[in-house]
Amino acid sequence: MIEMRHVRVTFNAGTPLENPALRGIDLDIPAGQFLTVIGGNGAGKSTLLNALSGEINVSAGRISFDGQDVTRWPVAQRARWVARVFQDPLAGTCAELTIEENLALAAARGQWRSLRPALTAAARATFRDSLARLGLGLENRLQDRMSLLSGGQRQALSLLMATLQPMKILLLDEHTAALDPKTAAFVLELTRRIVAERQLTALMVTHSLRHALDVGTRTLMLHQGRIVLDIAGAERARLDVPDLLRLFEVAQGEPVTDDELLLG
Amino acid sequence: MSLIALLGALEIGLVFALVALGVYLSFRVLQFPDLTVDGSFPLGAAVAAILIVNHVNPWLATATAALAGALAGLTTAWLNLRLGILNLLASILTMIALYSINLRIMGRPNVALLGENTVLSPLQDLALPVYVTTPLAFALAVLLIKALLDRFLNSELGLALRATGANPRMARAQGIHTGQATYLGMALSNALVALAGALFAQSQGSADVTMGVGVIVVGLAAVIGGEALLNPRTVAWATAACVFGSLLYRLIVALALNADFLGLQAQDLNLITAALVAAALVLPRLRAGKTP
Repeated sequence: MIEMRHVRVTFNAGTPLENPALRGIDLDIPAGQFLTVIGGNGAGKSTLLNALSGEINVSAGRISFDGQDVTRWPVAQRARWVARVFQDPLAGTCAELTIEENLALAAARGQWRSLRPALTAAARATFRDSLARLGLGLENRLQDRMSLLSGGQRQALSLLMATLQPMKILLLDEHTAALDPKTAAFVLELTRRIVAERQLTALMVTHSLRHALDVGTRTLMLHQGRIVLDIAGAERARLDVPDLLRLFEVAQGEPVTDDELLLG
Repeated sequence: MSLIALLGALEIGLVFALVALGVYLSFRVLQFPDLTVDGSFPLGAAVAAILIVNHVNPWLATATAALAGALAGLTTAWLNLRLGILNLLASILTMIALYSINLRIMGRPNVALLGENTVLSPLQDLALPVYVTTPLAFALAVLLIKALLDRFLNSELGLALRATGANPRMARAQGIHTGQATYLGMALSNALVALAGALFAQSQGSADVTMGVGVIVVGLAAVIGGEALLNPRTVAWATAACVFGSLLYRLIVALALNADFLGLQAQDLNLITAALVAAALVLPRLRAGKTP
């Protein structure tokens, strides 16, 4: 169980640019739940995710993982329990390193890093197997540099990298937003498959109402730093995109402009 | 150019190969532009020289010199990470501070090592002349250190260092404490440079407070030149390129200074160096078919 209690994040506090990004978030994420998070620009979706990853220090409140208070843990320390895939395909991998080196880095996420060789024959064999299951033909390109891969390949690999070590939560930060529709669909399907197979607890931020309903088991809607909608189960199963859009407009108190959310 | 001059150039080239490996660690692996080198090279020379003239075991003196270099690197990293001073500026501050510290260590601007017992003294008992055995001994040392460095950079910890330089945000998300990785890398880098300084002082017979001037540029010339020519894709090739670049740099300098028709003299060294670095920086772009 991951708990957020009265979490507030205020950027530039005490200045004319003061920006309350999260205004009191209370959220329980039970193990095995796949949460999708939607909201307009500036609603606090990314801030929520970054608060969980440790990349942003919360201004107030408490975050705990299975009872352990991690509020003040830096990113590197939280990595033991948090895996993430970034929105930018370039951000989640090291372009100059090879595919197998990137995998080796991720295979030691949150572990003590010793002077043992990072790549062994056994590790390579495991990587090759995992890569083969992606179905992208990457299993024969272990020694290629990451920079040679397309955005979609990189995101697929980032997903694989995230799952090489156990975690308490997988954070997906609009990880299909930078991809073309076909590749995005592939990466999303892969996400669904991996989360289901491994029974992961996951939180996916998305701009797409369609994606928010199509994957996951629970959907949150954020508006101005607050959770304005939290649906799961049968209630959620009944909803379609137009219903969600209507709820969104009610929550927001004004019509949604087209570019704010991808409706498709 | 005579054989002795050629071997002399190789000898210096091998010592500076260690500088190049250190510069590769900071500039390339960590992507930390580190000018501490200009201070840690004479620091290594000063520490080794003063210990040797005080009859400390020369091996212990050389190891202590490397340790002193590591401390210099840690200082720069601390100024940057803890005090938030821009990396380049932090390294310049350490470099300037080291000038005074080196004078304090030696107590005078230079310390002569002629006739002292150094790590190179055993070579005098061999059948071959010293100008042959010294570069051979240095070649063995450089090969050993290169192999150790390759091994390190391909270890779990070494990979963490490389990720820290290449993509610190990703590195942290993988649980790498990028600050600690930077401290470690900077310490190693400057330890290598100080070791080079210690060996240089012992092979040249003296330590001098001014011997650090321009060391960083020579190191960069070796790193960038080697990369431009070998275009390395792996760690082992990248470190080989550093060694190769350093040797080549010394040979070019020796040839340029020996070619009478060019009319170049020793004081033109820095000009030649700058021209070589500029050429090495432009070469990869020319090869890629783009006009600079």
